[in-house]
Amino acid sequence: MAQDPIKQFEINTIVPLQNVAGLDLSFTNSSLFMVATVATASAFLYFGSANRGLVPSRLQSMAEMSYEFVASMLRDAAGSEGMRFFPFVFSIFMFVLFANLFGMVPYFFTVTSHIIVTFALALLVIGTVIVYGFMRHGLKFLGLFVPEGVPMAVVPLVVAIEVISFLSRPISLSVRLFANMLAGHTALKVFAGFVVSMTSLGALGVIGSVLPLIMVIAMTALEFLVSFLQAYVFAVLTCMYLNDAVHPNH
Amino acid sequence: MAQQEPGDRPVDDAQAGDTVSSDHSADLEHRRRALAEALARKPGPKGADDDPEKHDQAGSGFGAALKLSSEFIGGVLVGAGLGYLADEFAGTRPWGMIVFLLLGFAAGVLNVLRATGRVAEPRANGLRDPGRSTRERSDKSD
Repeated sequence: MAQDPIKQFEINTIVPLQNVAGLDLSFTNSSLFMVATVATASAFLYFGSANRGLVPSRLQSMAEMSYEFVASMLRDAAGSEGMRFFPFVFSIFMFVLFANLFGMVPYFFTVTSHIIVTFALALLVIGTVIVYGFMRHGLKFLGLFVPEGVPMAVVPLVVAIEVISFLSRPISLSVRLFANMLAGHTALKVFAGFVVSMTSLGALGVIGSVLPLIMVIAMTALEFLVSFLQAYVFAVLTCMYLNDAVHPNH
Repeated sequence: MAQQEPGDRPVDDAQAGDTVSSDHSADLEHRRRALAEALARKPGPKGADDDPEKHDQAGSGFGAALKLSSEFIGGVLVGAGLGYLADEFAGTRPWGMIVFLLLGFAAGVLNVLRATGRVAEPRANGLRDPGRSTRERSDKSD
């Protein structure tokens, strides 16, 4: 039993592949759980849509619900034009959701508790927004950074601030997901550690350890909620940023 | 910093106008009501934004704290990064870092104000526009 609450976030190499063209491409426990996440999400949707019953089975119903959920979220935020990004948003949502839920299984690794993973996802989102925005609207896309009704004298200042604000989006997007997962799992481990160390203090400790145990149970429930909410928040913000690319001067 | 709702501003004007003439204040009162109704009717671009915020705060204030701090830190970090790059390529050390860090700080504050709904999103349309731009302007100049 690992007592150190940070130990669960350690990266361990499973298949060492150091120095492939100068890059460390080792297959780690993080990679393993990413593969597992993608495989589970794919299997869920594959088997969910395999039967295509008119009266859906439980699995099919869940698959349809996740489709409807993301589709309505994207349509609300970016309009029907934004629906061309549906595969992208749906993939991101399912990946983050399954990665978060995987992390809730004891002894499993939480992929989204590493900022480089969430930052890569956020960069993908913001890269899509920038590339599509320029492809679709050309230089008019830059109008996003010039608010109307600002006097000419302060436009350079406002544009500089707006550009930095825009560029800070992937950071706040990724930090929010990563910090939620990291903090939640660490707190869970710390309280679970209290139970173990208190039971070693004799009969009084065993009785007292009921309190942190209740706390751990409550926090586990909260963590499931947070897992889902953070996947939802990530997907909603993705939709809103994509809306900027689709309608920059809306 | 302007923290008033857009509908609040004319109230002050109406009270100020009260001393001039009751006729004038009745007119302003009428306009204030019309504006309040128009604002209530307007869905606003923040409709989609309100939702995740509300849910984000479900787990006590913890989610809100992470959200606001990440918004602010994001702005400062990007400012520092741009400043560092500007210094590297233009050889203007330390001026790029100073200028961009200050701009990043401003962007961080703007991010937080946007996240809390104090300042509208940049691409607001229609009715909200005039009020939004004046409010934003006063925020910048503060």
